[in-house]
Amino acid sequence: MTLTPFTPATPTFLPGAPLRGPRPLVAPAPPLPTQADISREIAARSAAADRDRVGGLPAPAHPARDYTPYRSSTPRHPRQPPVEIDHLADPEAVELTGPAFGVTDVTDLDADLTRQHPGEPLGERITVTGRILDRTGRPVRGQLVEIWQANASGRYAHQRDQHPAPLDPNFTGAGRCLTDDQGRYTFTTIRPGAYPWRNHDNAWRPAHIHFSLFGTAFTQRLITQMYFPGDPLFPYDPILQSVTDPAARARLVATYDHELSCPGRTLGYRWDIVLDGPSATWTEEGH
Amino acid sequence: MPRATTDPAATTDPATTTDSAGAPAAPLPPTPSQTIGPFYGYALPFRGGEQIAPAGRPGTITLHGLVRDGDGAPVPDALLEFWQAGPDGSLTGAPGSLRRDPVTGAVIGRHGLDFTGFGRVPTDADGRYVLHTLPATAPAGHPDAAPYLAVCVFARGLLHHLFTRVYFPEHAEAHAADPLLSRLPDHRARTLLAHPDGPDRYRFDVQLQQTADGTHEETVFLAFR
Repeated sequence: MTLTPFTPATPTFLPGAPLRGPRPLVAPAPPLPTQADISREIAARSAAADRDRVGGLPAPAHPARDYTPYRSSTPRHPRQPPVEIDHLADPEAVELTGPAFGVTDVTDLDADLTRQHPGEPLGERITVTGRILDRTGRPVRGQLVEIWQANASGRYAHQRDQHPAPLDPNFTGAGRCLTDDQGRYTFTTIRPGAYPWRNHDNAWRPAHIHFSLFGTAFTQRLITQMYFPGDPLFPYDPILQSVTDPAARARLVATYDHELSCPGRTLGYRWDIVLDGPSATWTEEGH
Repeated sequence: MPRATTDPAATTDPATTTDSAGAPAAPLPPTPSQTIGPFYGYALPFRGGEQIAPAGRPGTITLHGLVRDGDGAPVPDALLEFWQAGPDGSLTGAPGSLRRDPVTGAVIGRHGLDFTGFGRVPTDADGRYVLHTLPATAPAGHPDAAPYLAVCVFARGLLHHLFTRVYFPEHAEAHAADPLLSRLPDHRARTLLAHPDGPDRYRFDVQLQQTADGTHEETVFLAFR
């Protein structure tokens, strides 16, 4: 995912070609911040979070919405704090329940992103599996999991992604499944590539898979990204670093699990997900 | 397929400290949110996502509006999700919002018999959305509660989604007793009210951030504890 669609450099004039007509009066785009600028801002926010932690404040589990190193957040984050709704004080809140999905909403092929086209996609085939739990540790059963991702070259099958890396006619990069009785989901896909974006000069997103998750309550709705262990791009990426608590950030990184690898076919990654937010069942049980 | 449940008897993560009932001693730390980004469009929106009401059903209302940022600019890559009680006040929903053809895998959409209560609409290039649904109803057993649609907003630039609600002007009396609206000053509560702008038609804008000139009041967003 990129801040704004990647656009290749403006074509330069051919040597010797005549300039026709007046040059258009276009205000030059403001220069992008450098990676050093962004890294400095990331370090400052990280140091502030460390001070808060040492001062005894609970580490935030989620990114601050006004995380300026991620430039797109600037005009899009509320300035007022959210109004809190306590599920014990307002047990009738509609959000303590949520939408249901079932076997009609997915087909068996949807969980295998390598089998959605006549040919095999390029790239390293992987199995990604894990469990979805609520904060009380109970599995979320029979619920919808959706994923989307770039192809092995780091290109999305999206018209606005103009990163000049090849599209793969045998890979779209969207999948879905329902969790089983243990809250488990499993996808077969290919490892996505890293890609450049326009947040700052020389900005690259670490390889990631987007996940969309439902719990038993609308309050537990989550969209997030799964990263791959050991990616050297982690420290440079303002989206991952927006999670300023290192322990929370580590929860976005999958684990390589050799037991999950299918011999001769895929490499296995495990990623468990814990959904935040209260549900009606909590109220019934007096949480 | 039964609706999603959490099973108290099921095993928990073996790495987690658990009490005798199998529940963790402390709440598990949640997985952090990350932005939806700009490229969800080929994965999440589905045909008929904006049509919660069975097509042609009498009494259907149209809710529409604009998502704007703090510069007053429309947000063309937001995704809105809606969740509401059924016409009978039930909060169980029903599967089938994104029903698929098992032959081709293509979305064939809701069959129109069940009210799934769930809608998903991306904003268009003008930052607008349109939703067709049944009027909001109070949950069963609480007929005096102020009915509303629950809304979840995702967008590029938004690192963590936002919850809000759409209340309707027909229930002014119930609004006075609503646990949320009654806590808000009038100018804030107004951001949660849909405005009628035609027969069975309402407008509800989402203002992600107050504009500098104060033209557009920031929508009230919610956090659940």
